[in-house]
Amino acid sequence: MAEQLSQPDPQPVAESATPEPVTVAADPPLLRIDGVVKTFGAVRAVDRLSLDIGAGEFFALLGPSGCGKTTLLRMLAGFETPDQGRILLDGKDIAQMLPHQRPVNMMFQNYALFPHLSVRDNIAFGLKRARMPGSEIAARVAEMVALVRLEGLEKRKPDQLSGGQRQRVALARSLARRPRVLLLDEPLAALDKKLRESTQAELMELQRRLGMTFIVVTHDQDEAMTMADHIGVMDQGRLEQVATPRQLYEAPRSRWVAEFVGDVNLFEGEPRPDEAGRIAVATRDAGTIFAAEPPDTLTKTKVCVAVRPEKVKLSRRGPALDAGHAHAVNRLEGVVTEVSYLGGLTVYKVKLDSGAVLRSSMANTARLETEAYSVAQRVVAWFAPDDCVVLEQ
Amino acid sequence: MASNLNRLSRFNLASLALGLAFLYLPIVILVIYSFNASRLVTVWGGWSLRWYTEFFNDRAMLDAAWMSCRVALASATLATLLGTLAAVGLSRGERFKGRMLFSGMLYAPLVMPEIITGLSLLLLFVALNAERGFWTVTFAHTTLTICFVAVVVQSRLGALDRSLEEAAMDLGCSPARAFAAVTLPLIVPAIAAGWMLALTLSLDDLVIASFTTGPGSETLPIRIYSEVRLGVKPEINAICTLVIGLIAMVIVVASFASKLSSTRGESAAPL
Repeated sequence: MAEQLSQPDPQPVAESATPEPVTVAADPPLLRIDGVVKTFGAVRAVDRLSLDIGAGEFFALLGPSGCGKTTLLRMLAGFETPDQGRILLDGKDIAQMLPHQRPVNMMFQNYALFPHLSVRDNIAFGLKRARMPGSEIAARVAEMVALVRLEGLEKRKPDQLSGGQRQRVALARSLARRPRVLLLDEPLAALDKKLRESTQAELMELQRRLGMTFIVVTHDQDEAMTMADHIGVMDQGRLEQVATPRQLYEAPRSRWVAEFVGDVNLFEGEPRPDEAGRIAVATRDAGTIFAAEPPDTLTKTKVCVAVRPEKVKLSRRGPALDAGHAHAVNRLEGVVTEVSYLGGLTVYKVKLDSGAVLRSSMANTARLETEAYSVAQRVVAWFAPDDCVVLEQ
Repeated sequence: MASNLNRLSRFNLASLALGLAFLYLPIVILVIYSFNASRLVTVWGGWSLRWYTEFFNDRAMLDAAWMSCRVALASATLATLLGTLAAVGLSRGERFKGRMLFSGMLYAPLVMPEIITGLSLLLLFVALNAERGFWTVTFAHTTLTICFVAVVVQSRLGALDRSLEEAAMDLGCSPARAFAAVTLPLIVPAIAAGWMLALTLSLDDLVIASFTTGPGSETLPIRIYSEVRLGVKPEINAICTLVIGLIAMVIVVASFASKLSSTRGESAAPL
């Protein structure tokens, strides 16, 4: 985790935890979105957005509703035309092409299955348009049916299928033409929680097996984190950060990203240099917090220190302090005001002496309540400088 | 509680029966009297099919009926074509300027008094110096029924999931092809219902037809009306019974078609 923090560059050459296909600059990426702008009336849905996506990647576009992620996806599919900018697929600009001319297929959020056609005809629809010979179509449809495990349902109409089965038909239909890029618009949003989890795993497995590039739009950060190699976080038509799930969580680039992805404690304050590789931030709410030095030199006098709740440990007395490392931990005192038991972990809210509230989540590693704290109990909350991220905005 | 509900439902039943009687009693009487053997309309003289045979021997009446059928078929087909195109243009086209005005103008004839439509069409045909007859009535009925078709088809198009057409385009269809392969099959029931609606409207129109027809090409309603003015013959009852039967059949088929269309094609997602 520590080396994650010291390496918050969003596009690392390699990452130790998960080896994954990373776009190397010399190699032209499969898909390059270059300065794309799309306005609807007075609203800039997508604002000068640039992004590279490599071949074989599972890429997630994550953002709150209305952030422009769906518009971007629809521009990739060809249902919207960018006002400015280029979309290069294999080096060829497809921005002005009509949907049926692009080697890209989309799986729609509501699946958009043709209600008057059977499962088989739905899957074969795109193949017939491609003027594939009948025997090949039959073979490909059978392959797709097997791929998404719909055997025996080929003759059914969409309204005779369950939600999960419809989702798989939609997936098979969009995969049948073997697109260069598969676009998935909220592919799991219509499924219930249990089914969503198993489908996530299936999608990942499928993507790995086919080696196809998937771009999925989602507002569900757990979904994006679970499935994607890289996540692009969008807000107000711009990409806030493009990173691996781990970097996004451990090294958010902005306060907005830190707050959007997961839970976070934030303390505003003024930075000053401390001993090597470390800075001290004088905060109003939590005194001086020591943090690992950010990779980029700070330019502002106001910064924000972000600490994830699970990095904050609670104890009755605090960690034993080594005399030589007085600054080794940040130590805050307060009173527990709220305890939420969530099964795997317990979330505590601690009211600091300054009045600010600090959240700490602790894994319930033992069955018996030896480590639990109760409301009104006075505790010491502590976290290492390496677990803090200093954010400028 | 239960008895309360019971009383309420008995009241409902009574009002329903009253309402239906109000609507259908005259028609039932007409149908029964069409089988009357007597020459006098109001005197019951036993069962007979005499007036039906009379009708099938009445040359002028048969000509009028044939004329009505031809007008109805031609105008309904024409109105369905134009009305469907209008509906597609209004609901699928880009949001062009004056779209609201266009759809308003399309639907205006729905509420326009027929006498005004008839008179204005008459003036138009006179101004164009068109010979009044089959074609003028057909065109007049087309203008009358086009908006009904458009309403039916447009409501179907509005309920249709837009992403279906997008999915078709995504899978390799040009926009026109996507319309033909996906949208058209899904709105065919609505188009059929619109056609049948237009057919029945044309069949029973009297006002516009009497304005726009010429000598020697009477439609059935005009013929019946002019006969009735000379006194109601039992034969009229027989003709009306046949027309009622025909229209009832068309309406039943049309409502089945629209039911069929509304159960298909909605977005299947439980969102």
